[in-house]
Amino acid sequence: MLGRTANGLFWMFRYIERAENTARLIDAGLRMSLTRMHGHEEEWESVLRSSGVYGAYSAANSEVTSADAINYLLRDKSNPSSILSAIEAARNNGRMVRTALTREAWEATNECYLDIKSQLARKPSSADMPAIIDNIKQRTGLIRGAFHGTMLRNELYNFSRIGTFIERADNTSRILDVKYYVLLPAVSYVGSSLDNVQWESILRSVSAHRSYGWVYDDDYKPSNIADFLILNGRMPRSLAYCYDKINANLSYLEREYGARESCHETAAQTLGMLREREIQAIMDTGLHEFLQDFISQNSRVAAEISEAYRFYQD
Amino acid sequence: MPFDEMLTADSLPRPPYKGYFNWHSEQKTSDLIRKSRDAENIFRKTGITFAVYGKEDASERLIPFDIVPRIISGSEWRKLAQGIEQRVMALNAFLDDIYHKQEIIKAGRMPRALIEKNDAFLPEMIGMRPPGGVYTHIIGTDIVRTGEGQFYVLEDNARTPSGVSYMLENRETMMQMFPELFHLNKVRPVENYPKLLRQSLAAVAPPGCAGKPRIAVLTPGIFNSAFYEHAYLADQMGVELVEGSDLRVIDGKVAMRTTRGYQAIDVLYRRVDDDFLDPLTFRPDSTLGVPGIMDVYRAGNITIANAPGTGIADDKAIYSYMPEIVEFYTGQKPILENVPTYRCSEPDTLQYVLDNLAELVVKEVHGSGGYGMLVGPAASKRERTEFAAKLKSRPGNYIAQPTLSLSTVPILVKKGLAPRHVDLRPFVLVSDKIQIIPGGLTRVALKEGSLVVNSSQGGGTKDTWVLED
Repeated sequence: MLGRTANGLFWMFRYIERAENTARLIDAGLRMSLTRMHGHEEEWESVLRSSGVYGAYSAANSEVTSADAINYLLRDKSNPSSILSAIEAARNNGRMVRTALTREAWEATNECYLDIKSQLARKPSSADMPAIIDNIKQRTGLIRGAFHGTMLRNELYNFSRIGTFIERADNTSRILDVKYYVLLPAVSYVGSSLDNVQWESILRSVSAHRSYGWVYDDDYKPSNIADFLILNGRMPRSLAYCYDKINANLSYLEREYGARESCHETAAQTLGMLREREIQAIMDTGLHEFLQDFISQNSRVAAEISEAYRFYQD
Repeated sequence: MPFDEMLTADSLPRPPYKGYFNWHSEQKTSDLIRKSRDAENIFRKTGITFAVYGKEDASERLIPFDIVPRIISGSEWRKLAQGIEQRVMALNAFLDDIYHKQEIIKAGRMPRALIEKNDAFLPEMIGMRPPGGVYTHIIGTDIVRTGEGQFYVLEDNARTPSGVSYMLENRETMMQMFPELFHLNKVRPVENYPKLLRQSLAAVAPPGCAGKPRIAVLTPGIFNSAFYEHAYLADQMGVELVEGSDLRVIDGKVAMRTTRGYQAIDVLYRRVDDDFLDPLTFRPDSTLGVPGIMDVYRAGNITIANAPGTGIADDKAIYSYMPEIVEFYTGQKPILENVPTYRCSEPDTLQYVLDNLAELVVKEVHGSGGYGMLVGPAASKRERTEFAAKLKSRPGNYIAQPTLSLSTVPILVKKGLAPRHVDLRPFVLVSDKIQIIPGGLTRVALKEGSLVVNSSQGGGTKDTWVLED
């Protein structure tokens, strides 16, 4: 297969994942707004930070308001990570690699784009928001379903999956990093209602507020939340889960190509680190530092993959 | 009254349409309209769109599809196919001659300046014989009809004809929506086109190619108006769809960058214009082509389909010489007629064209897509005056043709059937043999009375049936 095709699949699935994650972030932000507690405007700032667009947003807007933030995250064309931009980028990549996709996977992507584009053609009212967020989650879910149900499990599948999990690991680690301070014992007012809301918001951003209860059978506790999102191998948006999948897909490529590249080493190291560490040790040595390291490690894996498999012209 | 292909003057179906007409009479128009909307949804969902340049909002549009098929009888088709085959043979012989001995010029049958001053003529191709001796591998001959047995060739698209994916998708859609029609009528299949294209391209691989030739389709990328077709054909043939940035010349071969390293390509079906093919030979600012590909080509290590420089054969100034070309190279009278063509470069002719602008269609010699043309009878007085000025300032840039009374085929409208003008683009594959796909792409002017069928100007398409009879 062409290096450019591998690249196109990788980015198509990164963008789909990004759109879906941004939808979850907006959802969590809306939820915070509903609580009408002091500080919900700051919540939008942290949502913008989690999405990695706070700098660009501030350059274009003088203050953070929920309406502006939502519009920026949802449909601003100047924001390359807005849901509309991400879905358009996913679809353009899909068009470019059309020959690598099954008809079902392509049509789900194309219909997602056409539908979301018309839904977001005008600035939505806040009453429309729940339906819009649901639709985005459903549409991206349909792409995933069509993809899983019809794609041959070959290298095309592996590059797509790697894109999904690199993006997801990046998103989860950023969500945690923006909010890490509310997980620190020193500054949290244990058991206060503000903390509870903040913690729930983190879990909501990764659709894990229900599953948390099933796993920890307890009230929200910062170290459990961090453990769930970083180390729990069964939580599909945790860093450990993402790296498990990245490694599995990379080993298929290793076997298929008969060659082990530097990306294999870096990804294996990252997974090893996630498997060996205890959450308490991570919290003690510094959650922020840990997450910063992880984010750069994750980018390194992505860069090494793109080099090993000739994504770009040299 | 223009000739209607479905109904005679007494509103009776012509023979090829009998089966369809009877079926149609039993359908409710409202049901058909609903089906027609379903078809549009299929096209939209599949992403069968084309880009319209310069229109930001409508950057991707659907070509309207009309569900009433255009039907050609087996005997009508046989005559057409013979004529097309003769013409395609002549075109390839002409190209070979023009880039070698230029006998046709020496024989005084064509002015030298017409060739050598033509932008479509590539001096780089002089003395170059492509693998298998084939210059134009894929041709779309545009045909119009004016009456019973009266067909004219409007254009020979010998460089990179597009539209074949619509032919295939139209058939696919019709078979999905109206399977019963294909039981009632014996329609010759078109769906093996990708397979035939692949075989045809493989058959003209460079002589040094060992084993199964590696084929790729070269596209300018997703923003090209015909990208959908490029992807579709690559997909259906099971070959790679490449862009210029994927290719590089390595060890005297053109190779594509795969995830495992560079792999050589033997045959390149390019959908990139000559100008952009090789920045070292043609336009230096081109990022769509492959630096050095022309050297590989001249060394005989890659087949480029269609060959660079084939544009000289479908140039509108050359078109008027097609009857001479056919006779010169085949030794026979042309089976298919040209539309009478006035060369505005000739002073007397120019005067005639200016005097009769209201009855003529004037086209730019190098234009395509229906742009830059004047349809005299449909134009306002002011438009004609403006056009006359352009014509006078650069007469050599234009040809003129009488407005033909193009045949009509009904389309489905709210009130039922309504006649609209059509043309036809059959697709031809040339390798060691010539194969003509039965049917082709019928383009239809959706506006009542309009003669412009181009999709960029509001035309639509129809499924085209050639009957087995």
